[in-house]
Amino acid sequence: MYPTDLKYTRDHEWIRLENGGEALVGITDFAQQQLGDVVFVELPEVGRTLARGESFGTIESVKAVSELFAPVSGEVLAVNGDLASHPERINTAPHDTWMIRLRPTTSAEAEELLTADAYTAIAK
Amino acid sequence: MSTPSSSLKPTALHAQHVATGARLVEYAGWEMPLEYSGITDEHMAVRTRAGVFDVSHMGEIELAGADALATLQWLTSNDVARLAIGQIQYSALTTPAGTFVDDVLVYRMGEDHYLMVVNAGNAKKAHAWIASHARERGGDVAVVNASARYALIALQGPESAAILQPLTGVDLASLKYYWWAAGEVAGARVTVSRTGYTGEDGFEIFVPPAQAAKVWDAIADAGREVDLRPCGLGARDTLRLEAAMRLYGQDMDEETTVIEAGLGWIVGRDKPAFLGADVLAAERADGPKRRLAAFEMMDPGIARHGHAVIGAGDAVCGQVTSGTRTPFLKKAIGFAIVPADQAVVGQEIVIDIRGRRARARVVAEPFYKRPRPAPARA
Repeated sequence: MYPTDLKYTRDHEWIRLENGGEALVGITDFAQQQLGDVVFVELPEVGRTLARGESFGTIESVKAVSELFAPVSGEVLAVNGDLASHPERINTAPHDTWMIRLRPTTSAEAEELLTADAYTAIAK
Repeated sequence: MSTPSSSLKPTALHAQHVATGARLVEYAGWEMPLEYSGITDEHMAVRTRAGVFDVSHMGEIELAGADALATLQWLTSNDVARLAIGQIQYSALTTPAGTFVDDVLVYRMGEDHYLMVVNAGNAKKAHAWIASHARERGGDVAVVNASARYALIALQGPESAAILQPLTGVDLASLKYYWWAAGEVAGARVTVSRTGYTGEDGFEIFVPPAQAAKVWDAIADAGREVDLRPCGLGARDTLRLEAAMRLYGQDMDEETTVIEAGLGWIVGRDKPAFLGADVLAAERADGPKRRLAAFEMMDPGIARHGHAVIGAGDAVCGQVTSGTRTPFLKKAIGFAIVPADQAVVGQEIVIDIRGRRARARVVAEPFYKRPRPAPARA
C-alpha cells in the first residue's frame, strides 16, 4: 500500500524526488492514523535551509502534537498553503498531500532512506 | 504502538470496544476507548445526532444513614439540603483550603441515601477522604465505595431521548435536567439520569456490570436509524471543553480553589459550615488572586495543557490548563489559570506555544451552548 515511488524515514515522513532535482515531503498513512484527525500544521518559512533530521514544523491533531523532520537536507522552496484551510487532506490522502517542497543539498541522502517495502515492515 | 499491560482494568464493555475496532488506551488504571471512527466524527455525531460513551471508569460512592446529609454538607461546597429525592447537583469535595479533592455529582437516592459520582482517578482518594471524615465525626453514616457495582453508559446528543425512549418504561419527557429515575432499559434494572459531560441533552445510565453489554447493544441497535456513533475519551474531552466544563487534574486540582476555578455557583450561600467555607467566602468577597479564564486563540496555533501564559516583563504569569481545536466550532480554544485582572472578557493574553508567542482573547463561557429546543406549538 505504500507507493514505491516514494522514500520513507523512520520518523514516518515520505519524500518524492521529482525530475529536475526538487522534492516534496509529507507524512505517511501510518503517521496520520497514529495522529488521528489533523487540525493544524505549522510549516517553515520559504527560503530556510534545513539540515537532515531537523524539525521543520509541527502537526497537530485534536489529541496530539508531533514534530515534522526533514528527510534530507535542503532549501525550502515552497510550503503547501492549502493545508492552512484543509489540514484534513493529510488524513484523507496522506501520500498525495505534500507539506514542503525542497531543493535537496545532495542526492546521496535520499538514497539512504527506506524503500516502500522496508517502511512497510516498520510501520506497525 | 504500545500494548496495554494486563494490570489494566477492562470495563464490562471491553468486548464491545474490541469488536467495533476502538483504539484503547490506559486511563486512570482502566483500559478505555480513546476513539472509534475518529474524534471529529464522534464529536460531530454528538452535536448533531447522538453518541454513546462507556464511562464505567467513573467512581461511585454511596452514603447512607441519618447523618448522611450532615456529612455531605460538611464535605461538599454546594447546599445538599436543596436536593429533593430524585435530584442531582454538581459540587466540589473540598479541602480545608477550599480547593478540590474532586469535583463530583451528588444524587439524592432516598430520604437518607446519597450517591456521589467521582472521577476515575480520584475514586479511592475520595472514598478514603469521606470515610475518614465520617469516622472522625462519628455519626450514623455508612460510606461505601460502590464503583464495582456499576457500569456507566452515557447517551448524549439531540437524538438521545428518541433513541432511549423505546427501550425504557421511564417517561423521559418528564425527566428534567439533573434529575434521575429508576427503571429498566432493555430489560436491565438501571438508574437513568439526565446528565452528561458534552453540553448536549442526554442521559447517563447506571447498570449492573453483568448487564452492561445488553444495554449497550440495545442502544447501538436503536441508534442505527440516526447513525449513532460509539464515542471515546477523545471526543468526550473535546465536547466537554467546548461546553466549558472543567476537567479535574487539568483545570483544577488540590491547588485550585472552587472560586478560582470559576465555580462560585456551586458554593452554597446559606448552608451550614463546610470544609474550606471561610476561604471561599473571603475569596468571594475580595475576589480571588487568580482565576480560570476561557480563551480563544487569535494567532494561529493550538495552546495545550502546560503551555505558559506570559505577562508583563516577559514573566510567566499563568498556565494553560486545557486546550484543543474543537471540531464543531472549528476554533482553537482553552482554559488558562491567570491573574484575576487578566481573567476579564475581551482581555488579550499571550501564550508561549513551544517557543512562539501567540495571542489569545479571554471570552465568555461557554464556548458552545446548545440551541434551545423550538417552543412547542399550541
